[in-house]
Amino acid sequence: MDVPSKNKLSLQIDLSKFEKATEDEKRQQDVMSKSTSFFRDGMRKLMKNPLAVGSLIVLILVIGTIIVAPMVVPYGYEEMISVNGKRDKTAKNLAPFEYSQREQKVIDEGGKVFPHIMGTDSQCRDYFIRVVEGTKISLTVGLFASILVLIIGVLYGSISGYMGGKTDLIMMRVVDIIYSLPDMLIIILLSVVLNERLSGSANPIIRSLGTNMVSIFIVFGLLYWVSMARLVRGEILKIKNNEYILAAKAVGARSDRIIRTHIIPNCISVIIITTALQIPSAIFTESFLSFVGMGVKAPMPSLGSLANAAREGLQSYPLQLVFPAVTIVLIVLAFNLLGDGLRDAFDPKLRR
Amino acid sequence: MSKYLVKRILLAILSIFIVCTITFFAMNAIPGGPFNSEKATSEAVRAVLMERFNLDKPVWQQFLIYLGNIFHGDFGVSLKTGREISQILWSCFAISARIGGIAAFFAVIIGVILGAIAALFRNKWPDRLIIFFTTLFTAMPSFVFATMLLLVFCIQLQILPVWSAENRNYVLPVIALAAYPTAYVTRLTKTSMLDSLGQDYIRTARSKGVSTVMVIFKHALRNALIPVITYVGPMLAYILTGSLVVENIFSIGGLGRQFVQSITNRDYPLIMATTIFLAIVMVIMNLVSDILYKVVDPRIKLE
Repeated sequence: MDVPSKNKLSLQIDLSKFEKATEDEKRQQDVMSKSTSFFRDGMRKLMKNPLAVGSLIVLILVIGTIIVAPMVVPYGYEEMISVNGKRDKTAKNLAPFEYSQREQKVIDEGGKVFPHIMGTDSQCRDYFIRVVEGTKISLTVGLFASILVLIIGVLYGSISGYMGGKTDLIMMRVVDIIYSLPDMLIIILLSVVLNERLSGSANPIIRSLGTNMVSIFIVFGLLYWVSMARLVRGEILKIKNNEYILAAKAVGARSDRIIRTHIIPNCISVIIITTALQIPSAIFTESFLSFVGMGVKAPMPSLGSLANAAREGLQSYPLQLVFPAVTIVLIVLAFNLLGDGLRDAFDPKLRR
Repeated sequence: MSKYLVKRILLAILSIFIVCTITFFAMNAIPGGPFNSEKATSEAVRAVLMERFNLDKPVWQQFLIYLGNIFHGDFGVSLKTGREISQILWSCFAISARIGGIAAFFAVIIGVILGAIAALFRNKWPDRLIIFFTTLFTAMPSFVFATMLLLVFCIQLQILPVWSAENRNYVLPVIALAAYPTAYVTRLTKTSMLDSLGQDYIRTARSKGVSTVMVIFKHALRNALIPVITYVGPMLAYILTGSLVVENIFSIGGLGRQFVQSITNRDYPLIMATTIFLAIVMVIMNLVSDILYKVVDPRIKLE
C-alpha cells in the first residue's frame, strides 16, 4: 500500500504494521456466556440446592403415587374388601402384606390377590388406598386454600399499597384487627356453625365436597389472606416509588395497567414463595381440624382424620397411625424445604 | 410511647369486642336451640327455660345483655351442667396454664440455648444436628407428635403412665406442647445471633480484649434475644390452641378439652365463654409481648 510520506510527529497510523482480524479471532471477542434471565438464574440456584431438589422429587413421587395408585390398586377407598364378589369380614385390621383367611384360600387355589401394602383398617378397607386418597384430599385442600389466599391477599394488598393515604390506612387497620384475632378458635367456631348451616344444603358443589371442606375454604378466605396482603402491600410501597412507575404515570398509563405490567411482575417472587409456604400451613390446619373431628366428611379420608381414627386402636395397630402421620410430616417437610429453597433462589433481597 | 400504648390497647379492646360479636352471632346462626336435642320437654318448661336464659328476647338485646355480663366477669351458667361458667373456666385454666407455662418456659430456655449453640458452631456438626431436628419439628403437627409420644412412651415402652387425675404426669404433654415453639425459638435465636455476631460492636468488644464468654453473653446474646420477645405472644397463643389437641390426646381436663367438649355438647354459653376467654388471654399476651419488645430495645422507633 502506498502510504504518503509523513511528518515524524504526525499521528497518522502506519497501516502496514496492521493486519485484518480473521473470523476466528472476531468470534473470540464475542461475549462468552449466554445472557441469563431472572427466572433461569433462579432455577439454576434452586437446582444446586440439594434439599430443595430432594423435596421436589419427594413431592413429584407423592403426586405420582396419587395419580397411579388408584389405577393399579383394585380397591376403593370406601369399600370393604370382597373376595369373589362377597364381602370379606375376616380382612379386618390386617398387617401390611398380610392376607385374610379367605384371600389366603384364593391364593392357595392359584388365584391372585393384590397385596394390602399398608394392611387394612377396622372396617376391612384397604389402608394403602385410603392413605393415598387422604393425601390427595389433604394436598387438594392445601393447594386450593393457598390459591384462595393468594388471590384475595394479592388483590387486597395491591389495592391498599397502590392507593395509599386514607384508603391504605383503613384497609390496613382491618388487616391489623383480623391479624390479632385468634385464628384457630375462629376457624373451629366457624366450621361448627357453617357445618350446621350448610348441612341441609342441596347445592351440588357443597354436597360433593362436604360441608366441612367448604367451611375450611370459607374460613381460609376470611382469615388467612392477611399476612399475604401485608407482604404484597409492603413490596408495592417499595416498588411504587421507583422512577419507572413515575415514567409510566407520566406517559399516561392507567392504574390497573401499572399494577398489572409493572408492579405485580416485580413482586411475583415474594408472592410465589409465600404461596409455597402457605400450602403446608393449610395442610396443617386441615389435619388439625380433621383430628378434632371437624375436617372432611366421614367416608372421605384426609391424613388428619385417618390419624384421628387410628387413635382408637392405637395399642393394637400402631401402624395405622404411623402411615398417615409420616405422610403428613413428609409432605409438610418437603413443602417447607422447597419454599426455603425458592426463597434462597428467587428472593431479590437475599441476592448478591 | 404513650400514643403507641393507647393505639395498641385500643386495637386489643377492639379485637376482643369483635371476637365477642363473631362468637355470639355465630352461635345464634346455628339452627336448633340447645333444648331441642333434649327429650321432649313440655311447652311450659321450655318457656321457663327460655326466659331463664333470656332466649325469648330479640337477638340484639341478648347480645347487649351478654356483653354487659361479660364486663362484670359473669359468663352465665353452662346449659348442660348448670355450673357457673366462670368457675369451670378458672378451674380448667389453672391446669392448662400450668402445663402451658411449663412448656413455654422450657421452649424459651432450650430454644435460646440451642439457637446460640447453632450460631456459634455455624456449619459444623452441632449446627447441622440442631437444624435437622428443628426442621423436623416444625413440620410435625402437634397431634402427630403427641400421639407418637403416647404410643412410644406409654404403650410400647411403658416408661411413663397415661395421665389421670390421681397420677398427674406432665412430662409428655409438656414435651408435645413445647416441641414446635422450641424449634421456632431455636431458629429465631440462631438467625438473630448470627446477625448480631456480625455487628461492629462485637468486633469492637473483641478488639478491646473482652473475653469470648463475655462477648457472647453480654453483647451478642442479649441483643439476639430481642426478636425472641416478639415471639412470646404468638407462642403462648400456639400453646393454647395446641392444648386443644394435646389435652384431648392425654385426656387432661384443661381448657382445650373443655372447649372441644362444649362444641360437641352444643353448650352455647360455654362455647362463647371459652372462645372469649381464650381470645382475651391471647390478645393480652400479644399486647404485652409487643410492648415489651418496644421497651426492651430503645433503637426501635415508636410510631
